[in-house]
Amino acid sequence: MKTPLLAIAGLKKSFDLKSVLRGIDLVVESGERVALVGANGAGKTTLLRILACLTEPSSGSARIDGWDIVRDAQQVRRLVGFVAHQPYLYDELTALENLLFFGKMYAVKDARERTEDLLRRVGLEKRARERAGVLSRGQVQRLSLARALLHAPRLLLLDEPDTGLDEEGLRLIEDVLAEHSAQGGAVLFTTHQLDRAMKLGDSLLMLSRGRLVFQEKTAGLELERMRQEYQEVFR
Amino acid sequence: MIFFEQVIAILWKDIRYELRSKQMWAGMGLFALLVLVIFNFAFDLRVDNRAAVAPGALWVSFVFASMLGLGRTIAAEREKGSMDRLLLCPVDRKAIYLAKLLGNMLFIGVVEIVALPIFAALFNVPLLLGPLLPIVLLGTLGIAAVGTLFSAMAAATRARELLLPILVFPLIVPIVIAAVRATGTLMVPVSNEPPWLGLMVAFDVIFLSISMLTFQYIVEE
Repeated sequence: MKTPLLAIAGLKKSFDLKSVLRGIDLVVESGERVALVGANGAGKTTLLRILACLTEPSSGSARIDGWDIVRDAQQVRRLVGFVAHQPYLYDELTALENLLFFGKMYAVKDARERTEDLLRRVGLEKRARERAGVLSRGQVQRLSLARALLHAPRLLLLDEPDTGLDEEGLRLIEDVLAEHSAQGGAVLFTTHQLDRAMKLGDSLLMLSRGRLVFQEKTAGLELERMRQEYQEVFR
Repeated sequence: MIFFEQVIAILWKDIRYELRSKQMWAGMGLFALLVLVIFNFAFDLRVDNRAAVAPGALWVSFVFASMLGLGRTIAAEREKGSMDRLLLCPVDRKAIYLAKLLGNMLFIGVVEIVALPIFAALFNVPLLLGPLLPIVLLGTLGIAAVGTLFSAMAAATRARELLLPILVFPLIVPIVIAAVRATGTLMVPVSNEPPWLGLMVAFDVIFLSISMLTFQYIVEE
């Protein structure tokens, strides 16, 4: 039987006495794009941080390509690309220097070539020698996306990737997601926009108070019905 | 091999970052000079007591200046996206510690290079650079080894500027005493002195080992 790219079972996370995730079960196959929607504080970012090995779960398990996210954290980190709320870049380094630095951290072969390709891909080749600190919010988001793609991860985790992007930037995200899944990678992304979630995702998940309360394929779902469902869930 | 490439990459990044922001070196250097100047005026320096006072003044200025720099290296990493930038990558946490330690040693070393000739001029003592070098190197390594570990711990708290010296000062007392006494022995040779350099080597080995092993548990959640 083929191993799913992401398999989560009974995942829980508490901070002190506050339960943020209350038992998440999820399977994501290679090539799948999963949209995760939920109100602020629903636990979306915590789930993504756990999968990126930045936070340990309180209980339950998650496996990425068969590797356990706690026991095999270093292996998992090689398989995951993460675009978070913070860009995870160094302001004083140029766009090129940032990517070359992270290329070293991920031990990327032919890092220079890969970096230049990615800068072109995200439309920042002319800004390559400018410091990350002087780039606009949208440009930083593009650079952050390039950083996440640098080591060709199998699983792409995107926490509200649309933030600060213009129309062209939004199209870039759509293209990157499509390319990534076409190449056999999987994507788990969060958004507050239901229409974007349904347009970009193959599956739609709704997270409410730490629980997955809705989980279906987007094909055949009607936006208007989902809007009503969304309002019902997050009322 | 990748381990050392990553150590060098993080170190190089920190140097480049610091050269561009210029926050740390300038502050540390100026602070060390101020301490030396204040001590020079505060103490009644005569030929007979100069050798007793000068080594203490030198190391106090190094330690105080170090605290400024030690607080900055990891705090800068914690700002904007926090330490997660590095922790997200499959890089050995020992490599992060080693790079931060080397960076701290380098930053403190630059301050020492600037402060030493000024110290010699203000306190009117011979510089004795050759014999002083291993003492300064071992002392700096000890302060940086403890300081790098605890700055990572303190950086996660709100009161990091206050917490860092409180955590570090008690632990570096042995190495500072050894460094002061070893420096004093250089100025006025004393017979039957304990092997201060040996003590410094032992301190460095112990704290370097402990820090390398525990750093991961401090920086990871």
